[in-house]
Amino acid sequence: MMEKMIFGRYIPADSIAHRMDPRAKLIFVFAFIAIIFIADDVWGYLIAAVFTYASIKLSGLSLRFLISGLKPVMILIAFTFLLQLFFAREGNIVLELGFIKIYEEGIRQAFFISMRFTLLVFMTSLLTLTTTPISITDGLESLLNPLKKIKFPAHELALMMSIALRFIPTLMDETDKIMKAQMARGSDMSSGPLKDRVKAIVPLMIPLFVNAFKRAEDLATAMEVRGYRGGEGRTKYRLLVWQARDTLALLSLIILAGALTAFRFWI
Amino acid sequence: MDILLEQVEYRYAANSPFEKKAVEEVSFKIPEGQCTAIIGHTGSGKSTLLLHLNALLKPTSGSVKIGDRTVKSGRKEKDLKPIREKVGIVFQFPEQQLFEETVMKDICYGPMNFGVSEKEAKKRAAYWLKEVGMPEDVLEKSPFDLSGGQMRRVAIAGVLAMEPEVLVLDEPTAGLDPRGRREMMEMFYRLHKERGITLVLVTHSMEDAARYADKVVVMHKGRKVHEAPPRELFSDAERLSEWGLGIPEVVKFQRMLEAKSGKTFPKVCLTMDELAEMLKQGGGLS
Repeated sequence: MMEKMIFGRYIPADSIAHRMDPRAKLIFVFAFIAIIFIADDVWGYLIAAVFTYASIKLSGLSLRFLISGLKPVMILIAFTFLLQLFFAREGNIVLELGFIKIYEEGIRQAFFISMRFTLLVFMTSLLTLTTTPISITDGLESLLNPLKKIKFPAHELALMMSIALRFIPTLMDETDKIMKAQMARGSDMSSGPLKDRVKAIVPLMIPLFVNAFKRAEDLATAMEVRGYRGGEGRTKYRLLVWQARDTLALLSLIILAGALTAFRFWI
Repeated sequence: MDILLEQVEYRYAANSPFEKKAVEEVSFKIPEGQCTAIIGHTGSGKSTLLLHLNALLKPTSGSVKIGDRTVKSGRKEKDLKPIREKVGIVFQFPEQQLFEETVMKDICYGPMNFGVSEKEAKKRAAYWLKEVGMPEDVLEKSPFDLSGGQMRRVAIAGVLAMEPEVLVLDEPTAGLDPRGRREMMEMFYRLHKERGITLVLVTHSMEDAARYADKVVVMHKGRKVHEAPPRELFSDAERLSEWGLGIPEVVKFQRMLEAKSGKTFPKVCLTMDELAEMLKQGGGLS
């Protein structure tokens, strides 16, 4: 199960999205997150969806692969959908089943919010799927560099982020391993009453935490013995080069923002 | 209880860009009451293979027959607990699976999952802790206060306390000091001899395979490339090196003696004692 999860993983390939400057990709994704909130009707979301689909196409990844890899996140989205559906209390009542009342606005909100959520997850996953953690860090650091003047720890922040990203797959694999070990000892995580299943998580979580702390300590030691002293005077092996396609990508975002604004306020 | 693997194939992340064939076309039998060693280079698929032995993985094609149960691809299996009760696995670095507050509770975890009463489980915990060579007073200690080697022993006791019919060991001695290594292996072998537990030993150590196994299965690049008793297997050093494997030191030594003296011993000696005995009897050397 865990090996299928792609959240936070990098998939090596050669595509336009892979070749983009990480700085451009970061700005792109963060701007997209902001822009998607402009959309508030069917047309707006449709345009945003088409835009996202085009981005996926340009990354050389298949939509099916993305959907199957993000299944666990999809469950969360489905949950949000139902929550909105049952608890939004605005507009006309569309359906009434005993104590459950479904309102017009509820349907609208449920649809839009889960749509927004889906697009966001897809876009942010595209960033990590097409960019190595190291490039993301480099990009972030370079973007945050101006803030160093006001004593903002740009390098440290970037490093923390890259370490966190780097360890997602490791922890996933570890979870899988420990799960198997406990299953071999008769733990049953997939059947039985809910109470037992929740209990079955303890033998999984404790070893996972213990290992994570151990790993963190080892990593800190390893960095120290190799003379780590922060970003001071550090030069870069990989130089970031801003190219025409990066400018184009950001331009496409401005067009998207313009289109969404137009649909929201004038059409 | 025999375990029979037939044309087992396993692909990780089937139907995705990550798809990777880990094991293919593997068939062999693990006979009851014997010690079967599975050897192979890193990445040869032996660890994946061992997960099939108690249905932690289901083959993507082929079948695994465990006692009277058959685990096959494409079929939803219900209630795998009886299989897991009979086939215990000691994973590589088993100390990573410890989680309870006390050693006692941790050892009891497995047996109690399989429906053993608390009283009986505690009795077993005390018994098996002694068997793995630990003093009884650690029972009430936290497993996280123990040393690495002691944690390993406690974790192994946790699997042994399930009292499985088949015991699968994945590199059980990796990272232990030489003495701990020998003690641990001798303990497993004693259990095997005294109680008739079927042993499956997944190992890098040619020494262990030579010393303990009745039969050795060689894995290479996800396939089974050879299956033979150790004496036969280790007489052919050249073929083993093709699979990235070597021969035990004793055999190397015997070969050197033979080269020096120009005489060939009547058989390949698998342990130091065997070789010493052979030399005492003359062994063809003057």
